[in-house]
Amino acid sequence: MGTQLKKLLAAAIATLPLIAGYGTIAHAEGEHFVFVSHAPDTDSWWNVIKNALKNAAADTKTTVDYRNPPSGDIADMARIIQQATATNPDGIITTIADFNVLQSAIQGAIAKGIPVITVNSGTAEQSKQLGALMHIGQPEYDAGKGAGERAKAAGVTDFVCVNHYITNAASVERCQGYADGLGVPLGDHMVDSTQDPTQVYNKVKAYLTSHTGTNGILTLGPNSAEPTIKLLRDTGETSKYNFITFDLSASISKGIKDGIVESAIDQQPYLQGYLPVVLLTQYVRYGVMPANNINTGPGFVTKDNIEMVEKLAGEYR
Amino acid sequence: MAEDPTVATVAQPLDERLQRQSGLRRLLSRPELGAIAGTVLVFLFFGATAHGTGMFAADGILNWMTVTAQLTIIATGAALLMVGGEFDLSVGSMIGFAGMMIAIPTVYFGWPIEISVIFAFCGALLIGFLNGLVVVRTRLPSFIVTLASLYILRGMTIALSILFANRTIVSGVKNFAGDSFVVPLFSGKAFPGLFIWLADAGIIGKLPNGQPSVQGVPAMVIWAFAIALIGHIVLSRTRFGNWIFAAGGDANAARNVGVPVARVKIVLFMVTAFCATVYATCQVMEFGSAAADRGVLKEFEAIIAAVIGGCLLTGGYGSVVGAFFGALIFGVVQMGILFTGAPNDWFQVFLGLMLLTAVLFNNYIRRRATGER
Repeated sequence: MGTQLKKLLAAAIATLPLIAGYGTIAHAEGEHFVFVSHAPDTDSWWNVIKNALKNAAADTKTTVDYRNPPSGDIADMARIIQQATATNPDGIITTIADFNVLQSAIQGAIAKGIPVITVNSGTAEQSKQLGALMHIGQPEYDAGKGAGERAKAAGVTDFVCVNHYITNAASVERCQGYADGLGVPLGDHMVDSTQDPTQVYNKVKAYLTSHTGTNGILTLGPNSAEPTIKLLRDTGETSKYNFITFDLSASISKGIKDGIVESAIDQQPYLQGYLPVVLLTQYVRYGVMPANNINTGPGFVTKDNIEMVEKLAGEYR
Repeated sequence: MAEDPTVATVAQPLDERLQRQSGLRRLLSRPELGAIAGTVLVFLFFGATAHGTGMFAADGILNWMTVTAQLTIIATGAALLMVGGEFDLSVGSMIGFAGMMIAIPTVYFGWPIEISVIFAFCGALLIGFLNGLVVVRTRLPSFIVTLASLYILRGMTIALSILFANRTIVSGVKNFAGDSFVVPLFSGKAFPGLFIWLADAGIIGKLPNGQPSVQGVPAMVIWAFAIALIGHIVLSRTRFGNWIFAAGGDANAARNVGVPVARVKIVLFMVTAFCATVYATCQVMEFGSAAADRGVLKEFEAIIAAVIGGCLLTGGYGSVVGAFFGALIFGVVQMGILFTGAPNDWFQVFLGLMLLTAVLFNNYIRRRATGER
């Protein structure tokens, strides 16, 4: 903590003239950015983004702080954005987990003259409406719909969507997109699994036991996918379902290789951590910024391209 | 006692309970003393480590004041209840539930927002009443009873919001609020003129668009001060306050001298529910939405603030002023760590260690001051 603090103090002192001029002075190195996510501490998926931030900070010679509300409460996230704003960073990167809640906090940062890039959750339209420079992410509904169409082509007629983060509006959109792609109403096909692996396991088990016609499974990330994979291994029903999941992890990769998981929707989170830091750095130093938004996904990881992905799963993929 | 014995013998032989104590000694035996000392320590720490990071600029202060204020609102209720000898673990769930009681009727039933707010307060008071009634009637530990409420309320929040709204985040409340008075009442900014003047005078910063960096005192802060002040006066200056201490100290003895212990406890459970609803209403009005996961773990923060502030877990001892300083310590530490730029992976470790340090220090001071209790 000591060296980190010293570094930070040094950075704060170095940026004093910048603060005074609200970012009008071109600057060499040591910019300070804050990345605010909505994920609770328990969500392991964000590790890739943290690694991306570390790499980006090292490559651009900047400091990047990763911040999140420990319990995943979006109202607490708004306070963290306000807090970040008060430290006068050179840029803020944030998700739009809930537009209404975060609106005033994000606009407060922009009003203070801090450049903001939005990533991950949220849409390009919301980002533009907030006045952010750009949005880097995967359109959630479209990604879900793509998965639904893929499942339909494979013959899926009835499905379950395992939602481990039901309070995030984007998660429901994924399930909705899948349902629409499949042409089946969402209805009660969505299971609120919570984050606890044992609960996910048992809730999915209960659903599959009581809904015997189910032949498609969609999980929204490692937190819901991994217990589900374990369940299918335990029951031996490894090829009964067309199983598509969002995101990747080591055991999802294993599941794809073993044929339990048909494909994983990869939104390439590494880019959502790396790109905004690089882009903000160039913006602060030279005033350049691409004019369009960046879609980092959806890409599908299947048995065919799993080899390379597997090597990096959980770290950079 | 350090009284001069000659004084007592010259005058009437006084009952020892009526004995006069020196001002300093009385001050030192106040429950909130330790928390005040802890607050000073915390500010010294962040004054040294977060200096120049914007923590003590106007918008930085606003940031941790707001966090402190929202915690003060629920900590006041928690402190009163703890002095009364009970716990309420359903505060966090109550926040989520009350938020939904405002948002769903407003957005989906077309109720005027004032009615929804009143409905939420009535609903919350009823739930608080039921909590209290179950505790008093069954004589089960309130820890267990309100733990059940924690799950029931959180579950109902999710189930009812799915049932009525088919989603767990109900947003757009502000679109239905129009120019209703409840919006500024719970989320307005007080004294905007003062802040414009301060900005013009160069005391606080200005945004590039000419607005002051802080536009006013958030309504939540004013609510927090008002609730803490009323709580303090009731606890320390009224008969009801004495009843609270008596009920929490020794319920049987209190009953024997005629204190309506059951009624006192039920009222206190209603107070914690009321405080949670004030919190929820401020949040819904500020953010324009209610979500099923609002307030998760806030019950523990409320209890932690009360304990840092000198409330005993066993009841019968504590103060609202202490709870306020407890909330201040918690709020300042919580946000202050972020200002120092400590690595995020270690955030909760630092938070835990700093709270432990503050409580140990606080305890040490209190022991020194009161001569071991």
